[in-house]
Amino acid sequence: MSNMNLLQAINNALDIAMDKDSNVVCFGEDVGHFGGVFRATSHLQDKYGKSRCFNTPLTEQGIIGFANGLASGGHKPVAEIQFADYIFPAFDQIVNEAAKFRYRSGDQFSVGGLTIRTPYGGGIHGGLYHSQSPEAYFTGTPGLKVVVPRNPYQAKGLLLASIRDDNPVIFFEPKRLYRASTGEVPEEDYEIELGKAEVVQEGTDITVLGWGAQMEVLEKAVEMAAKDGISCELIDLRTLLPWDVDTVVASVKKTGRLLISHEAPKTGGFAGEIATEIQQRCFLHLESPIERVTGLDTPFPLAHDKEYMPDHLKNYEAIKRSVNF
Amino acid sequence: MSNSKQSEARVVHSPVFISGDDLETPMLKILRQDGTTYAGAELPEIDKTLALKIYDTFLFIRALDERMVAAQRQGRISFYMTQIGEEAADIGSTAALDAEDMIMAQYREQGALAFRGFPLEQFMHQLFSNENDLGKGRQMPIHYGSRDLHYMTISSPLATQLPQAAGYAYGLKLEEKDNCVICYFGEGAASEGDFHAAINMAGVYKVPAIYFCRNNGYAISTPSSEQFAGDGIAPRAVAYGLKAIRVDGNDVLAVLKATQEARRLAVEENQPVLIEAMTYRLGAHSTSDDPSGYRSKKEEEKWREKDPVARFKNWLIAQGWWSEEQDAADLEQKRQNVLAAMKKAETVAAPKVDELITDVYDVPPQHLQDQLDELKAHIRKYPEAYPKTAGRLDDE
Repeated sequence: MSNMNLLQAINNALDIAMDKDSNVVCFGEDVGHFGGVFRATSHLQDKYGKSRCFNTPLTEQGIIGFANGLASGGHKPVAEIQFADYIFPAFDQIVNEAAKFRYRSGDQFSVGGLTIRTPYGGGIHGGLYHSQSPEAYFTGTPGLKVVVPRNPYQAKGLLLASIRDDNPVIFFEPKRLYRASTGEVPEEDYEIELGKAEVVQEGTDITVLGWGAQMEVLEKAVEMAAKDGISCELIDLRTLLPWDVDTVVASVKKTGRLLISHEAPKTGGFAGEIATEIQQRCFLHLESPIERVTGLDTPFPLAHDKEYMPDHLKNYEAIKRSVNF
Repeated sequence: MSNSKQSEARVVHSPVFISGDDLETPMLKILRQDGTTYAGAELPEIDKTLALKIYDTFLFIRALDERMVAAQRQGRISFYMTQIGEEAADIGSTAALDAEDMIMAQYREQGALAFRGFPLEQFMHQLFSNENDLGKGRQMPIHYGSRDLHYMTISSPLATQLPQAAGYAYGLKLEEKDNCVICYFGEGAASEGDFHAAINMAGVYKVPAIYFCRNNGYAISTPSSEQFAGDGIAPRAVAYGLKAIRVDGNDVLAVLKATQEARRLAVEENQPVLIEAMTYRLGAHSTSDDPSGYRSKKEEEKWREKDPVARFKNWLIAQGWWSEEQDAADLEQKRQNVLAAMKKAETVAAPKVDELITDVYDVPPQHLQDQLDELKAHIRKYPEAYPKTAGRLDDE
């Protein structure tokens, strides 16, 4: 075990993946010698050479198109999009190409080796274009897996599983926690299974569900609620596509209440999908309407980012509202 | 390291604008329409066997295209795209390659696939989206693909295959393989962002890739004069660090020669190349298109006189390798083969409904399994509404 921050855990996962499998190749804007603008790929070029860790020209559609081609030849590209806000030029290559490669060829070709790493989320004074949480644009695309870790331990295990998974994975990294989140991380190789949620804290009154950086916020809200005598069951969804319906259903059947929280805007956000599925499966168990605590339906503002964010206080209020319904 | 070319540049002290006119792009021509070659023309490497294989593919594609357009008009298939007029471009270039060089096509390159040996039956299974289709009946007609023949499955979005070709070629370079990628696209697709992203990356990483542009004059109805202002596509490649060559795309010997040289550059020197083949789409864009709305019969006639198939036939006859009698008999035989294969393929059943959820992921996740079970229960309730699958739900 050693104490790592989230960036170090990601760097460590990439190092292990590249060391164990010569098919793993890392690239993106400033990813080479510089080690990425957040330093997630530090020292990888020194260790594995320029042919396996390198800079790309400034072209997101080119990066993912290139990665698709490389993956279709049996390699395992780990492509970095510098900020999730800049992933949209690559939308076509992700949605129409990566996600459909295997299906459209009848399993003759696939880009299963592809992993896209990209930092997402607010709270770093990033304004409109360094703050977004675009996960829901991708959860509507069959063929992709969408993964979001909450801390260093999770990041390492989930990233190693993502790189080795034989499907294209988008790995959203909570950049607000890159240096802020630290913890004990095993030095050895380990994987955390994709498609499985984790019950982080057991409780009886309400299920509180989130992923990524929002988990830290929810932990605070749950602590506040505990002081009021409310017992929350806290769940980290970890993989959004395909998501672990069974774990959430089991929890809601026990607690009778559900709160879902994410930074992305409410309308069209992934909470809507979860709420629908859960009301269908748990209708007779629900004691109150499912709560959604999310970002506002606005672009991400700079001066008002505290107001925009679904912070612990908004979640605390929603927990009480649900329990006192 | 900054750009070394900039630091070596000639310095001037009054404004000097550079222009595309300063760059001359010559056009390679070897074969005249009458089957004779230009004096001093440097011939490609070609023997009788290769020449007849190319021509056999020409005739096969003519027979296939002609028959399948008719089949679409009769309502037997939903859609088709011919490549009449452009046969020399894709078939002539593929003929220059190693059988293990990857082909990443746009959609009008069935000739390249036929040259590689894709069986007539497989063409038909794809066109009829039946259960023997390698693509499991999922894509519109003409979206072929064959792993065995190193022909990447076609996707409809334009130019997406271009950056993929750079990545695939980079993989070949990593593996130190003596192979390259050929990537086909049209002059219209070269307006997509993916074209510029791809050519730039191919140049930066020095990958063994040949970008082959079929400049056929039209993107559906839009003429190339409304597509770009510069001198075609070839000069763009030079700006991105590729070598470029323009050829008469209706001259199969010129296409073959250019591609043989391009392959040598790509594989031996990791020098990516762009080939611009000047040709003409004699047919409609697709069976959903009617060219009479945007171009004249006279223009089409002018290009019909430059027919690449007739031109090559004239050369073959001049070599003493072919005759008009053989030609007529062979084309007729191919027409009959196509008809027979079509009749067979259209009776083959559609893929089973279970194939709906395979290959979305490596293993179908639970939610897809649940959706399939729900769907099957629904089909059992209303079997007459789902005739393709209702009768075969239980023959596991």
